[in-house]
Amino acid sequence: MKLSYFPGCTLKNHARNFEDSTLYAMERLGVEAVELDRWNCCGTVYSLSADDLMRRVAPIRNLIRAKEAGNRQLMTGCSMCYNTIKRANIHVRHSAPDLALMNAFMYEEPVDYAGDVDVVHVLEVVRDQIGFQALREKVVKPLAGLKVACYYGCLLVRPKEAAFDDAENPTVLEDLVEALGGEPVAFSHKTECCAAYQTVDKPHIVADKTYQIIGAAQSQGADTVLVSCPLCAFNLDQRQALTRQTYGDFRTLPVVYFTQLMAIALGGPESVLRLDLHHTPAAPLLSAKGLL
Amino acid sequence: MTVIVSKEKVHSRFTAKVQRLADQNLLACYQCGKCSAGCPLAAYMDIPPAQMIRLAQLGMEQELLDSEAIWLCVSCMTCNTRCPKGVRIAELFESMRQVKLRARQDHLRVADVAAEELQAIPPIALIGSMRKLTS
Repeated sequence: MKLSYFPGCTLKNHARNFEDSTLYAMERLGVEAVELDRWNCCGTVYSLSADDLMRRVAPIRNLIRAKEAGNRQLMTGCSMCYNTIKRANIHVRHSAPDLALMNAFMYEEPVDYAGDVDVVHVLEVVRDQIGFQALREKVVKPLAGLKVACYYGCLLVRPKEAAFDDAENPTVLEDLVEALGGEPVAFSHKTECCAAYQTVDKPHIVADKTYQIIGAAQSQGADTVLVSCPLCAFNLDQRQALTRQTYGDFRTLPVVYFTQLMAIALGGPESVLRLDLHHTPAAPLLSAKGLL
Repeated sequence: MTVIVSKEKVHSRFTAKVQRLADQNLLACYQCGKCSAGCPLAAYMDIPPAQMIRLAQLGMEQELLDSEAIWLCVSCMTCNTRCPKGVRIAELFESMRQVKLRARQDHLRVADVAAEELQAIPPIALIGSMRKLTS
Protein backbone atom coordinates (compact mmCIF):
# COMPACT_ATOMS: atom_id res chain seq x y z
CA MET A 1 0.00 0.00 0.00
CA LYS A 2 1.34 3.41 -0.96
CA LEU A 3 0.26 6.78 0.40
CA SER A 4 1.55 10.30 0.85
CA TYR A 5 2.98 11.18 4.24
CA PHE A 6 2.86 14.59 5.92
CA PRO A 7 5.30 14.76 8.86
CA GLY A 8 4.66 18.33 10.04
CA CYS A 9 7.16 20.56 11.79
CA THR A 10 7.48 18.94 15.19
CA LEU A 11 8.11 15.38 13.99
CA LYS A 12 11.22 16.73 12.25
CA ASN A 13 12.80 18.09 15.43
CA HIS A 14 11.38 17.76 18.96
CA ALA A 15 9.48 14.56 18.15
CA ARG A 16 11.96 12.52 16.14
CA ASN A 17 11.04 9.61 18.42
CA PHE A 18 7.53 9.83 16.94
CA GLU A 19 8.62 10.09 13.30
CA ASP A 20 11.35 7.44 13.34
CA SER A 21 9.16 4.90 15.09
CA THR A 22 6.21 5.69 12.81
CA LEU A 23 8.21 5.16 9.64
CA TYR A 24 9.73 1.94 10.96
CA ALA A 25 6.32 0.53 11.96
CA MET A 26 4.74 1.50 8.64
CA GLU A 27 7.51 -0.18 6.69
CA ARG A 28 7.18 -3.38 8.72
CA LEU A 29 3.45 -3.36 8.03
CA GLY A 30 3.94 -3.00 4.29
CA VAL A 31 2.85 0.63 4.04
CA GLU A 32 4.94 2.75 1.71
CA ALA A 33 4.67 6.21 3.26
CA VAL A 34 6.14 8.70 0.79
CA GLU A 35 6.92 12.06 2.34
CA LEU A 36 5.48 14.98 0.38
CA ASP A 37 8.09 17.04 -1.36
CA ARG A 38 7.68 20.76 -0.66
CA TRP A 39 5.22 20.32 2.20
CA ASN A 40 4.38 23.41 4.20
CA CYS A 41 3.13 24.05 7.73
CA CYS A 42 -0.49 23.00 8.22
CA GLY A 43 -1.13 26.00 10.48
CA THR A 44 -1.34 23.75 13.59
CA VAL A 45 -4.71 25.10 14.77
CA TYR A 46 -7.81 25.18 12.62
CA SER A 47 -9.31 28.63 12.29
CA LEU A 48 -12.84 28.74 13.68
CA SER A 49 -13.82 32.03 12.07
CA ALA A 50 -16.41 31.63 9.34
CA ASP A 51 -14.72 34.17 7.06
CA ASP A 52 -11.11 33.07 7.54
CA LEU A 53 -10.36 31.18 4.33
CA MET A 54 -6.76 32.36 4.23
CA ARG A 55 -5.75 30.04 7.05
CA ARG A 56 -7.24 27.07 5.20
CA VAL A 57 -5.03 27.60 2.17
CA ALA A 58 -1.93 25.98 3.72
CA PRO A 59 -3.61 22.64 4.50
CA ILE A 60 -5.19 22.54 1.04
CA ARG A 61 -1.82 23.17 -0.60
CA ASN A 62 -0.53 20.03 1.11
CA LEU A 63 -3.47 18.10 -0.29
CA ILE A 64 -2.57 19.40 -3.76
CA ARG A 65 0.97 18.07 -3.20
CA ALA A 66 -0.46 14.62 -2.41
CA LYS A 67 -2.58 14.78 -5.54
CA GLU A 68 0.47 15.74 -7.59
CA ALA A 69 2.29 12.72 -6.16
CA GLY A 70 -0.55 10.57 -7.50
CA ASN A 71 -1.87 9.50 -4.12
CA ARG A 72 -5.46 9.52 -2.91
CA GLN A 73 -4.51 9.47 0.78
CA LEU A 74 -2.44 11.82 2.92
CA MET A 75 -1.32 10.25 6.18
CA THR A 76 -0.22 12.17 9.28
CA GLY A 77 0.97 10.99 12.68
CA CYS A 78 0.73 14.31 14.51
CA SER A 79 -2.80 14.81 15.87
CA MET A 80 -2.65 18.57 15.32
CA CYS A 81 -1.72 18.25 11.65
CA TYR A 82 -4.35 15.55 11.25
CA ASN A 83 -7.09 17.70 12.74
CA THR A 84 -6.16 20.89 10.89
CA ILE A 85 -5.81 19.32 7.44
CA LYS A 86 -8.82 17.05 7.88
CA ARG A 87 -11.08 19.95 8.86
CA ALA A 88 -9.90 22.13 5.99
CA ASN A 89 -10.68 19.18 3.72
CA ILE A 90 -14.16 18.77 5.22
CA HIS A 91 -14.77 22.49 4.79
CA VAL A 92 -13.94 22.60 1.07
CA ARG A 93 -15.82 19.36 0.41
CA HIS A 94 -18.94 21.02 1.79
CA SER A 95 -18.47 24.46 0.25
CA ALA A 96 -18.01 24.58 -3.51
CA PRO A 97 -17.84 28.41 -3.61
CA ASP A 98 -15.07 28.52 -1.01
CA LEU A 99 -13.14 25.78 -2.81
CA ALA A 100 -13.45 27.68 -6.10
CA LEU A 101 -12.23 30.86 -4.41
CA MET A 102 -9.23 29.07 -2.89
CA ASN A 103 -8.32 27.38 -6.17
CA ALA A 104 -8.50 30.78 -7.88
CA PHE A 105 -6.22 32.21 -5.21
CA MET A 106 -3.72 29.38 -5.79
CA TYR A 107 -3.79 29.87 -9.55
CA GLU A 108 -0.08 29.12 -9.84
CA GLU A 109 -0.64 25.54 -8.68
CA PRO A 110 -0.51 23.13 -11.63
CA VAL A 111 -3.68 21.31 -10.53
CA ASP A 112 -6.89 22.42 -8.86
CA TYR A 113 -7.97 20.75 -5.68
CA ALA A 114 -11.34 19.01 -5.89
CA GLY A 115 -11.68 17.48 -2.43
CA ASP A 116 -10.26 14.31 -3.91
CA VAL A 117 -7.64 13.36 -1.30
CA ASP A 118 -8.52 11.66 1.99
CA VAL A 119 -6.73 12.72 5.18
CA VAL A 120 -5.92 9.71 7.34
CA HIS A 121 -4.17 9.28 10.67
CA VAL A 122 -1.61 6.51 11.24
CA LEU A 123 -4.02 4.88 13.70
CA GLU A 124 -6.79 4.84 11.09
CA VAL A 125 -4.47 3.19 8.57
CA VAL A 126 -3.55 0.52 11.12
CA ARG A 127 -7.14 -0.11 12.22
CA ASP A 128 -8.98 0.15 8.91
CA GLN A 129 -6.50 -0.75 6.21
CA ILE A 130 -4.09 -3.17 7.89
CA GLY A 131 -6.34 -4.48 10.65
CA PHE A 132 -5.49 -5.40 14.22
CA GLN A 133 -5.52 -9.13 13.37
CA ALA A 134 -2.85 -8.68 10.70
CA LEU A 135 -0.88 -6.50 13.11
CA ARG A 136 -1.12 -9.14 15.84
CA GLU A 137 0.36 -11.70 13.48
CA LYS A 138 3.43 -9.52 12.90
CA VAL A 139 4.20 -8.98 16.58
CA VAL A 140 7.54 -10.57 17.49
CA LYS A 141 7.99 -9.02 20.93
CA PRO A 142 4.62 -8.81 22.74
CA LEU A 143 4.31 -6.04 25.32
CA ALA A 144 3.63 -8.66 28.01
CA GLY A 145 2.87 -7.19 31.41
CA LEU A 146 3.02 -3.56 30.25
CA LYS A 147 0.10 -1.61 31.69
CA VAL A 148 -0.76 1.30 29.43
CA ALA A 149 -3.04 4.30 29.96
CA CYS A 150 -4.14 5.39 26.47
CA TYR A 151 -4.40 9.16 26.16
CA TYR A 152 -6.28 10.57 23.16
CA GLY A 153 -6.39 14.23 24.10
CA CYS A 154 -8.68 16.35 21.95
CA LEU A 155 -7.75 16.31 18.34
CA LEU A 156 -8.26 12.67 17.39
CA VAL A 157 -11.80 12.63 18.74
CA ARG A 158 -13.15 16.18 18.45
CA PRO A 159 -14.96 17.69 16.69
CA LYS A 160 -17.16 14.72 15.79
CA GLU A 161 -17.02 15.34 12.05
CA ALA A 162 -13.21 15.06 12.05
CA ALA A 163 -13.00 12.16 14.50
CA PHE A 164 -12.40 8.51 13.70
CA ASP A 165 -13.59 7.18 17.04
CA ASP A 166 -16.13 7.95 19.75
CA ALA A 167 -15.77 11.44 21.23
CA GLU A 168 -16.35 10.39 24.84
CA ASN A 169 -15.03 6.84 25.01
CA PRO A 170 -12.70 6.04 22.12
CA THR A 171 -11.08 2.59 22.06
CA VAL A 172 -8.74 2.47 19.05
CA LEU A 173 -5.59 2.93 21.15
CA GLU A 174 -6.69 0.28 23.66
CA ASP A 175 -7.38 -2.10 20.78
CA LEU A 176 -3.92 -1.35 19.41
CA VAL A 177 -2.20 -1.99 22.75
CA GLU A 178 -4.11 -5.25 23.09
CA ALA A 179 -3.03 -6.32 19.61
CA LEU A 180 0.57 -5.61 20.60
CA GLY A 181 0.21 -7.86 23.64
CA GLY A 182 0.03 -5.10 26.26
CA GLU A 183 -2.59 -4.40 28.91
CA PRO A 184 -4.64 -1.21 28.49
CA VAL A 185 -6.00 0.11 31.79
CA ALA A 186 -9.29 1.93 32.33
CA PHE A 187 -8.46 5.63 32.12
CA SER A 188 -10.85 8.36 33.25
CA HIS A 189 -8.81 11.17 31.71
CA LYS A 190 -8.27 9.73 28.25
CA THR A 191 -9.94 12.61 26.42
CA GLU A 192 -9.28 15.38 28.94
CA CYS A 193 -7.46 18.33 27.34
CA CYS A 194 -3.84 18.91 28.48
CA ALA A 195 -4.30 22.72 27.99
CA ALA A 196 -2.41 22.57 24.69
CA TYR A 197 -0.55 25.73 23.68
CA GLN A 198 -1.22 27.43 27.02
CA THR A 199 2.11 25.77 27.79
CA VAL A 200 3.76 28.80 26.15
CA ASP A 201 2.68 31.54 28.53
CA LYS A 202 0.65 29.77 31.22
CA PRO A 203 2.69 26.62 31.97
CA HIS A 204 1.28 26.47 35.52
CA ILE A 205 -2.09 25.47 34.04
CA VAL A 206 -0.40 22.67 32.12
CA ALA A 207 1.31 21.53 35.33
CA ASP A 208 -2.12 21.24 36.99
CA LYS A 209 -3.47 19.26 34.06
CA THR A 210 -0.43 16.99 33.97
CA TYR A 211 -0.80 16.35 37.69
CA GLN A 212 -4.44 15.33 37.16
CA ILE A 213 -3.93 13.27 33.99
CA ILE A 214 -0.76 11.43 35.08
CA GLY A 215 -2.27 10.96 38.55
CA ALA A 216 -5.40 9.36 37.06
CA ALA A 217 -3.20 6.97 35.05
CA GLN A 218 -1.18 6.05 38.13
CA SER A 219 -4.33 5.41 40.17
CA GLN A 220 -5.14 2.66 37.65
CA GLY A 221 -1.69 1.13 38.00
CA ALA A 222 -0.44 2.28 34.59
CA ASP A 223 3.29 1.91 33.83
CA THR A 224 3.14 4.53 31.11
CA VAL A 225 0.86 6.99 29.33
CA LEU A 226 0.51 6.49 25.59
CA VAL A 227 0.09 9.55 23.36
CA SER A 228 -0.42 10.40 19.69
CA CYS A 229 0.26 14.15 19.74
CA PRO A 230 3.65 15.87 20.13
CA LEU A 231 2.07 18.72 22.11
CA CYS A 232 0.35 16.32 24.52
CA ALA A 233 3.73 14.54 24.77
CA PHE A 234 5.51 17.78 25.65
CA ASN A 235 2.89 18.80 28.20
CA LEU A 236 2.61 15.39 29.85
CA ASP A 237 6.34 14.57 29.74
CA GLN A 238 8.55 17.69 29.67
CA ARG A 239 6.15 19.62 31.92
CA GLN A 240 6.57 16.91 34.60
CA ALA A 241 9.53 19.00 35.80
CA LEU A 242 7.25 21.94 36.59
CA THR A 243 4.56 19.59 37.92
CA ARG A 244 7.04 18.15 40.40
CA GLN A 245 8.04 21.64 41.53
CA THR A 246 4.37 22.56 41.98
CA TYR A 247 3.09 19.40 43.64
CA GLY A 248 5.23 17.78 46.34
CA ASP A 249 3.42 14.45 46.04
CA PHE A 250 3.72 14.15 42.24
CA ARG A 251 5.38 10.97 41.00
CA THR A 252 6.85 11.00 37.49
CA LEU A 253 5.71 8.51 34.84
CA PRO A 254 7.17 7.78 31.39
CA VAL A 255 5.17 8.97 28.38
CA VAL A 256 5.53 7.15 25.05
CA TYR A 257 4.13 7.46 21.54
CA PHE A 258 1.91 4.63 20.33
CA THR A 259 4.27 4.16 17.40
CA GLN A 260 7.20 3.54 19.77
CA LEU A 261 5.29 0.62 21.28
CA MET A 262 4.43 -0.58 17.77
CA ALA A 263 8.11 -0.42 16.76
CA ILE A 264 9.14 -2.38 19.87
CA ALA A 265 6.50 -5.06 19.36
CA LEU A 266 7.38 -5.37 15.67
CA GLY A 267 11.01 -6.07 16.57
CA GLY A 268 12.47 -2.65 15.78
CA PRO A 269 15.97 -1.59 16.79
CA GLU A 270 16.35 0.73 19.78
CA SER A 271 17.69 3.45 17.47
CA VAL A 272 14.22 4.11 16.00
CA LEU A 273 12.78 4.76 19.47
CA ARG A 274 14.99 7.80 20.15
CA LEU A 275 14.57 7.33 23.89
CA ASP A 276 17.07 10.13 24.43
CA LEU A 277 14.29 12.65 23.67
CA HIS A 278 12.17 11.77 26.70
CA HIS A 279 12.18 13.92 29.81
CA THR A 280 11.06 11.22 32.21
CA PRO A 281 13.19 8.28 31.04
CA ALA A 282 11.25 5.45 29.42
CA ALA A 283 14.25 3.14 29.00
CA PRO A 284 14.32 1.81 32.62
CA LEU A 285 10.65 0.79 32.41
CA LEU A 286 11.04 -0.83 28.99
CA SER A 287 14.19 -2.67 30.12
CA ALA A 288 12.49 -3.91 33.27
CA LYS A 289 9.69 -5.35 31.13
CA GLY A 290 12.22 -7.04 28.84
CA LEU A 291 11.29 -4.85 25.89
CA LEU A 292 14.69 -3.34 25.06
CA MET B 1 -20.52 41.35 38.52
CA THR B 2 -23.28 43.95 38.03
CA VAL B 3 -24.74 43.81 34.56
CA ILE B 4 -27.12 46.44 33.24
CA VAL B 5 -29.23 45.15 30.40
CA SER B 6 -30.51 47.57 27.79
CA LYS B 7 -32.34 47.31 24.50
CA GLU B 8 -29.45 49.06 22.77
CA LYS B 9 -26.91 46.51 23.93
CA VAL B 10 -29.11 43.52 23.10
CA HIS B 11 -29.48 44.79 19.55
CA SER B 12 -25.87 45.91 19.30
CA ARG B 13 -23.75 45.39 16.24
CA PHE B 14 -21.30 43.53 18.48
CA THR B 15 -23.72 40.65 18.99
CA ALA B 16 -24.40 40.48 15.26
CA LYS B 17 -20.67 40.51 14.52
CA VAL B 18 -19.92 37.70 16.96
CA GLN B 19 -22.70 35.59 15.46
CA ARG B 20 -21.50 36.26 11.94
CA LEU B 21 -17.84 35.50 12.65
CA ALA B 22 -18.77 32.29 14.46
CA ASP B 23 -21.62 31.41 12.09
CA GLN B 24 -23.72 30.64 15.18
CA ASN B 25 -27.09 31.62 16.58
CA LEU B 26 -26.55 32.82 20.15
CA LEU B 27 -30.23 32.54 21.02
CA ALA B 28 -30.12 28.78 20.53
CA CYS B 29 -28.42 28.56 23.94
CA TYR B 30 -30.87 27.90 26.80
CA GLN B 31 -28.25 28.11 29.55
CA CYS B 32 -28.10 24.48 30.68
CA GLY B 33 -24.48 25.00 31.75
CA LYS B 34 -23.12 21.77 30.28
CA CYS B 35 -20.30 23.66 28.54
CA SER B 36 -19.10 25.17 31.82
CA ALA B 37 -19.40 21.80 33.58
CA GLY B 38 -17.12 19.99 31.15
CA CYS B 39 -14.68 22.77 30.24
CA PRO B 40 -11.13 21.79 31.26
CA LEU B 41 -10.14 25.46 31.50
CA ALA B 42 -13.27 26.79 33.24
CA ALA B 43 -11.55 26.68 36.64
CA TYR B 44 -9.11 29.34 35.39
CA MET B 45 -11.66 31.55 33.68
CA ASP B 46 -13.00 34.76 35.24
CA ILE B 47 -16.32 34.12 33.46
CA PRO B 48 -17.28 30.48 32.72
CA PRO B 49 -18.39 29.53 29.16
CA ALA B 50 -22.18 29.44 29.70
CA GLN B 51 -22.10 32.89 31.29
CA MET B 52 -19.98 34.17 28.41
CA ILE B 53 -22.70 33.03 26.01
CA ARG B 54 -25.39 34.69 28.15
CA LEU B 55 -23.42 37.96 28.19
CA ALA B 56 -23.04 37.72 24.42
CA GLN B 57 -26.80 37.27 24.02
CA LEU B 58 -27.21 40.49 25.99
CA GLY B 59 -24.59 42.38 23.98
CA MET B 60 -22.18 42.94 26.87
CA GLU B 61 -19.27 43.84 24.63
CA GLN B 62 -16.93 45.37 27.18
CA GLU B 63 -17.34 42.63 29.79
CA LEU B 64 -16.62 39.98 27.18
CA LEU B 65 -13.69 41.65 25.44
CA ASP B 66 -12.04 42.52 28.76
CA SER B 67 -12.40 38.95 30.06
CA GLU B 68 -9.47 36.61 30.56
CA ALA B 69 -11.73 33.72 29.55
CA ILE B 70 -11.54 34.41 25.80
CA TRP B 71 -7.78 33.82 25.91
CA LEU B 72 -7.95 30.66 28.03
CA CYS B 73 -10.15 28.61 25.70
CA VAL B 74 -7.89 26.33 23.59
CA SER B 75 -10.67 25.07 21.28
CA CYS B 76 -10.56 21.54 22.71
CA MET B 77 -14.17 21.22 21.57
CA THR B 78 -15.46 19.43 24.66
CA CYS B 79 -18.28 22.02 24.95
CA ASN B 80 -19.21 21.78 21.27
CA THR B 81 -19.34 17.99 21.45
CA ARG B 82 -21.66 18.02 24.47
CA CYS B 83 -23.95 20.99 23.79
CA PRO B 84 -27.53 19.64 23.58
CA LYS B 85 -28.50 22.53 21.28
CA GLY B 86 -25.58 22.12 18.91
CA VAL B 87 -24.20 25.55 19.74
CA ARG B 88 -20.53 25.80 18.84
CA ILE B 89 -19.24 27.58 21.90
CA ALA B 90 -15.58 27.32 20.84
CA GLU B 91 -16.41 29.19 17.63
CA LEU B 92 -18.08 31.94 19.68
CA PHE B 93 -14.97 32.27 21.87
CA GLU B 94 -12.84 32.45 18.74
CA SER B 95 -15.06 35.18 17.29
CA MET B 96 -14.57 37.29 20.43
CA ARG B 97 -10.79 36.77 20.26
CA GLN B 98 -10.98 37.79 16.63
CA VAL B 99 -12.75 41.05 17.47
CA LYS B 100 -9.73 41.92 19.64
CA LEU B 101 -7.06 40.56 17.30
CA ARG B 102 -8.50 42.26 14.23
CA ALA B 103 -8.10 45.52 16.12
CA ARG B 104 -4.45 44.50 16.69
CA GLN B 105 -4.90 43.95 20.41
CA ASP B 106 -2.63 40.97 20.97
CA HIS B 107 -2.73 38.87 24.11
CA LEU B 108 0.61 37.04 23.90
CA ARG B 109 3.96 38.80 23.84
CA VAL B 110 6.46 36.28 22.55
CA ALA B 111 9.28 38.55 23.71
CA ASP B 112 8.17 37.85 27.29
CA VAL B 113 8.76 34.12 26.95
CA ALA B 114 12.19 33.09 28.28
CA ALA B 115 14.76 32.12 25.65
CA GLU B 116 15.33 28.64 27.08
CA GLU B 117 11.56 28.05 27.06
CA LEU B 118 11.39 29.04 23.41
CA GLN B 119 14.07 26.43 22.71
CA ALA B 120 12.28 23.72 24.65
CA ILE B 121 8.70 24.32 23.51
CA PRO B 122 7.81 22.41 20.32
CA PRO B 123 6.96 24.50 17.21
CA ILE B 124 3.33 23.34 17.15
CA ALA B 125 2.77 25.00 20.55
CA LEU B 126 4.47 28.23 19.49
CA ILE B 127 2.64 28.47 16.19
CA GLY B 128 -0.65 27.48 17.82
CA SER B 129 -0.37 30.12 20.51
CA MET B 130 0.70 32.81 18.06
CA ARG B 131 -2.23 32.01 15.78
CA LYS B 132 -4.74 32.10 18.62
CA LEU B 133 -3.31 34.89 20.74
CA THR B 134 -1.66 37.33 18.34
CA SER B 135 -2.78 39.18 15.23
